[in-house]
Amino acid sequence: MLTIENLHAEVDDKGILNGIDLDVKAGEVHAIMGPNGSGKSTLSSVIAGNEDYEVTGGNMLFGGEDISEMSPEERAHKGIFLSFQYPVEIPGVSVTNFIKTAINAKRKAAGQDDMPAGEMLKKIREKSSLLGIDSKFLSRSLNQGFSGGEKKRNEIFQMAMMEPKLAILDETDSGLDIDALKIVADGVNALRSKDNATIVITHYQRLLDYIVPDFVHVLYQGKIVKSGTKELAQELEAKGYDWIKQEVAG
Amino acid sequence: MDLKDKLLDSYIAFEEELGPKDSIQQLRTAALKTFEQKGFPSKKEEAWKYTSLNSLILNDYTLFPSSEKAVDLNEIKHVFLYEVDTYKIVFVDGVHSPFLSDTTHDGLDVCLLSAALTKPKYSDLINRYFGAIATKEESMTALNTSYAREGAYIYIPPSIVAEKPIEIIHLATGDQGPVWLQPRNLIVVDTNAQVQIIERHQSLVEHQAVTNSVTEIFAHREALVDYYKIQNDLDTASLIDNTYISQDTNSHVSVHTFSFGGKITRNNLNYFQNGERINSTLKGITLLQEKQHVDHYTLVHHAQPNCESHQDYKGIFSDRSQGVFNGKILVDKIAQKTNAFQQNNNIILDDKAKVNTKPQLEIFADDVRCSHGCTIGQLDEEALFYLRTRGIPKKEAKALMTYAFANNVLESVQISALKKRINKLIAQKLGVNMGFEL
Repeated sequence: MLTIENLHAEVDDKGILNGIDLDVKAGEVHAIMGPNGSGKSTLSSVIAGNEDYEVTGGNMLFGGEDISEMSPEERAHKGIFLSFQYPVEIPGVSVTNFIKTAINAKRKAAGQDDMPAGEMLKKIREKSSLLGIDSKFLSRSLNQGFSGGEKKRNEIFQMAMMEPKLAILDETDSGLDIDALKIVADGVNALRSKDNATIVITHYQRLLDYIVPDFVHVLYQGKIVKSGTKELAQELEAKGYDWIKQEVAG
Repeated sequence: MDLKDKLLDSYIAFEEELGPKDSIQQLRTAALKTFEQKGFPSKKEEAWKYTSLNSLILNDYTLFPSSEKAVDLNEIKHVFLYEVDTYKIVFVDGVHSPFLSDTTHDGLDVCLLSAALTKPKYSDLINRYFGAIATKEESMTALNTSYAREGAYIYIPPSIVAEKPIEIIHLATGDQGPVWLQPRNLIVVDTNAQVQIIERHQSLVEHQAVTNSVTEIFAHREALVDYYKIQNDLDTASLIDNTYISQDTNSHVSVHTFSFGGKITRNNLNYFQNGERINSTLKGITLLQEKQHVDHYTLVHHAQPNCESHQDYKGIFSDRSQGVFNGKILVDKIAQKTNAFQQNNNIILDDKAKVNTKPQLEIFADDVRCSHGCTIGQLDEEALFYLRTRGIPKKEAKALMTYAFANNVLESVQISALKKRINKLIAQKLGVNMGFEL
């Protein structure tokens, strides 16, 4: 589904990604871990099309199609979704209106008419109940005054509504207590299927107890320096990142 | 002949036309003298540093448009807030249009200043209020006073609530060539009375029109005045709006100014607090494109203790447009426990757009809360990226963010049909259709 080869990216002439290789297939969950500043969030931003980063080398294919020149909205229309670590507040635009705008923008790009109001409402009800979101929440201004947990739950709600092929969860566990974490993880798990894939970006192993990955990659200095299965995450939790750094140095 | 001379020379004929019934003759001649001495304001004056009227005063104008052009109601329907029932005082090229108006004397007066200035039954009122707060030294106000003849006259008696909003609409048809219009509004809201007013100036075709307007508003004890200025004129029309507001104890006056168009717009908005526990609210959204220029020049004079003022102006500037905000807060020594809040936030969307913003606080009391903040920035790139990752195209994403930026000001619009209308205007200005009521 997503094939990244030898990806290089920089910001302000500073290399952040220095040759990333990653192959994500439908039905898989990949976890990307790594110490702070290793390039995890940059990788998710670059996949989603953030124009602040300049891609200086390598390939990025999504569904066999080169996406490296596509705008963020085009990538979203193709089925890439990025859940933000720090979602943005939009005063005056309700969660419902925002998600309607997003869904209809995607439909418009595909040459479809707006989703009929009844169908939209049904879908909103279905997905919000899946995530334990009540209707009052839906009429609040997007992310304005939301708690950390509410913001993250709202991200997953948007993901559920958009039904992406590839979801990238950037530090979705940060700022969540264990109950909020479970709700978010349950939501993500409920949305998993053989046709979609998930990339979980996290600093800690904690989230991976609930969203169990098929593959774990360690990112360090802008490169994937180690890959393995879920046991690798446990090893990192027990031993920290220093041994990885030493391996790279040695 | 230059415009100043023309304005001075035309006065004798104007005076003769008014005849001996004119009740404010002394005010007029004094005002004319002030204008003669001061002339048009220039950029040399601190108050006009960023706004030049030169491009306006070099032209020749018809000063006293007379005949009323028949206007097709369907063509101008959009200028009115037709979704709800309103009183209407409508002028076409400065002349009252009975056909388009819907005035009343039933329980409250919504009528013409020309009537109030000439009919004896209004003379006490005119003597008491007319020109009482409009600054005599300011030359544009003085010019208006010398020629004041027509405009809206609104009187809300004690404890009366005007049950529908009042629209004051000035249309310019372009029929009489370039026009120089000087409407004068007098609004008296008596004790415990309430009113909502919408004021709009609109050119119907592209032609030179300059409006030098003066509005005096008197809010007595406990009065509630909710005033909206819709400035969405064509880019050949300019407006110098001089509004003076006097407030008594416990009154609440709020003015929202929506500046979306016009060539040069200058809003002189002055509040004088003459009682205690007064609330003054000044809010605005300025959304400009091309070479449009809007200058907000506000004054809040806190002259008594325990009063509040709230100012919140948002500006969004594209292309080569320019914005100016100068907010003066004056707190007299006696005005202890004043709570004055001022905010002016601006977003610049293009390199060539420009904003000058200046808070001006003069505080002589020692137990007050005064806060102010001015910002000039750009749309947050990270936020833009967030919206685009949700599949929302760049243009719509920018519009959503602009809307979110201005939202505070929209929230406080009390007339819901008007709020919807302004939402639509914003979407239209931003060139998007959001698919839902913004």
